[in-house]
Amino acid sequence: MYGYQLRSEFEAYTGGAWPLNIGQVYTTLERLERDGLVAITRPGGGDGGDRPVAAAGSGGREHKYYAITRAGRDALRDWFEATAGDEPPPRDELLSKVLLALAGGREHALAVVTRQRTALTAALQARRRALRSTSTSPGNGAAALAPTLVADALVSRAEADLRWLDLCEARLAQLSPPAGNGATRSDDQGEP
Amino acid sequence: MNVNELAMRAPTIELRDVVKVYGSGPAGVRALDRVSLAVAPGEFVAISGPSASGKSTLLHLAGGLDGPTSGTVAVGGEDLAHLRPAELARVRRRQVGYVFQRYNLVASLTAVENVMLPLEFGGMPTRQARDAAVAAIERVGISRPFDRFPDDLSGGERQRVAIARAIAGDRDAILADEPTGALDTITGDLVIELLAELAAAGTSVVLVTHEPRFATWADRVVFMRDGRIVDESVPAAPPSPPEASVEAVPS
Repeated sequence: MYGYQLRSEFEAYTGGAWPLNIGQVYTTLERLERDGLVAITRPGGGDGGDRPVAAAGSGGREHKYYAITRAGRDALRDWFEATAGDEPPPRDELLSKVLLALAGGREHALAVVTRQRTALTAALQARRRALRSTSTSPGNGAAALAPTLVADALVSRAEADLRWLDLCEARLAQLSPPAGNGATRSDDQGEP
Repeated sequence: MNVNELAMRAPTIELRDVVKVYGSGPAGVRALDRVSLAVAPGEFVAISGPSASGKSTLLHLAGGLDGPTSGTVAVGGEDLAHLRPAELARVRRRQVGYVFQRYNLVASLTAVENVMLPLEFGGMPTRQARDAAVAAIERVGISRPFDRFPDDLSGGERQRVAIARAIAGDRDAILADEPTGALDTITGDLVIELLAELAAAGTSVVLVTHEPRFATWADRVVFMRDGRIVDESVPAAPPSPPEASVEAVPS
C-alpha cells in the first residue's frame, strides 16, 4: 500500500472525522519504517527513496509501497488491547467555568449552569434537525457504520456534558438558598 | 416546524400563571409556582428537570387530570375550570392522549383491543372504534397481526401500542411522561422519532423527560426547577455545520 492509498482508507474507515495531511502520512510512514514497524516492499521511482510527489502531480513516477512487519502487527495488537487508564480530568472549558462560578455563590453558579445547558441543548436540537432532514440510508458492512459512529460520539459526549450539568444543578439546588433572597419559597423557609 | 409559525396559531394547551400546592398551611408543598406555558398545534415541547421540579405535575394539569390551586389551564381554548364533569371527561378521553413509562396495557386484551378501549369508553361505536384503532396502530408502525397480546410484543412495540392508544381518534395533543424510561437508547430513539413525526403531522406533543438525549427532538425544551420554568431552548440558528459544531458551542 502506498501513502496516498493509506490516507484514503484511513479517512474512509474513520468516517471523515480526521482529514489527514498527506505530508504527515509520508513522515509517519518514514518513522514507522525507521522503527521497523513497516517495510518498503517496492521502492518508488525518482531519486533514491525520496518521498514521491502527491499522486495527482506525480506524472508517471511510481509510488513507494509499504507493508506492515511482524513487529508492526505486534504493536498494532498491543494498541487494540490497551485500555485507557485513570487519567487526571481533562482540562475542560465547561468544567472550569462551572467550578470557577462556584466562587460567585449558589445563584451565580446556577445561572452559569443554566445558561451553558441551554446553549448546549440548542446546539443539539439543531444537530438533531439536521440529522433528521438528511436521513441517510446506511450501506452494508461494518465500515459503512463509520459516519454514524462518529456522529454518535459527538452527540453522546455532548449528552454526557448535559447530564453532568443536570447533576450540577441538582447538587447546587440542594444547597440552602441565601436568607432573604426573593426566590425563597414560603413553604420551605421560615421568617429570616 | 418553524418557531414563528407556531407562535401565530392558537395554543392547543395553555397554562397561565398556574400555581399548584399540595396539602395546606405551612406543610403545603408548592409544586408549581406561577408557571405559564402555551403549546401550539403541531408543536413538540419537552419538559426537562430534576425529580420534584414540577414537570409531572405540569403534565397532569395540562391534561385535566388535576386542577390548579390558582391560574388557568385551557385545552383547545376552553378553560377546564369552567367545564362540567362530563365535558372534562370528554376532553380527557377525546382531545388529549397520555403515554406513560409503564405502558399500562391490559394484558388480557390484544393490541387493537387496548387501543379501542378508551374510544369505546368515550362512547364510540365498536366498529368505528376498531377502524380508528387499526388506523392508529398502522400509523405507529406496528406490523401485523394486530391481535397479538402485550406479552407477545417487545418493549418498543408495547410503547408504540400505548402511543397508538394515545392518538387514536385524532387527539389534539399527546402528553408523554418518561415514555422511554423502560427502553434502550435505539428503541427509545424510535419512540421519540415517532412522537416528532406525529407533531410534524399536526398533533401537539408534550414530553416529560429527564434524559437530555430525548429532549433534543423537541421544537422547544423547557427547563424546570423548584416548580418554576427557569429557561427555554429552541434549536440554535443557523443549523450547525456537520462537523465539530457540538464541541464548538458550549465554550
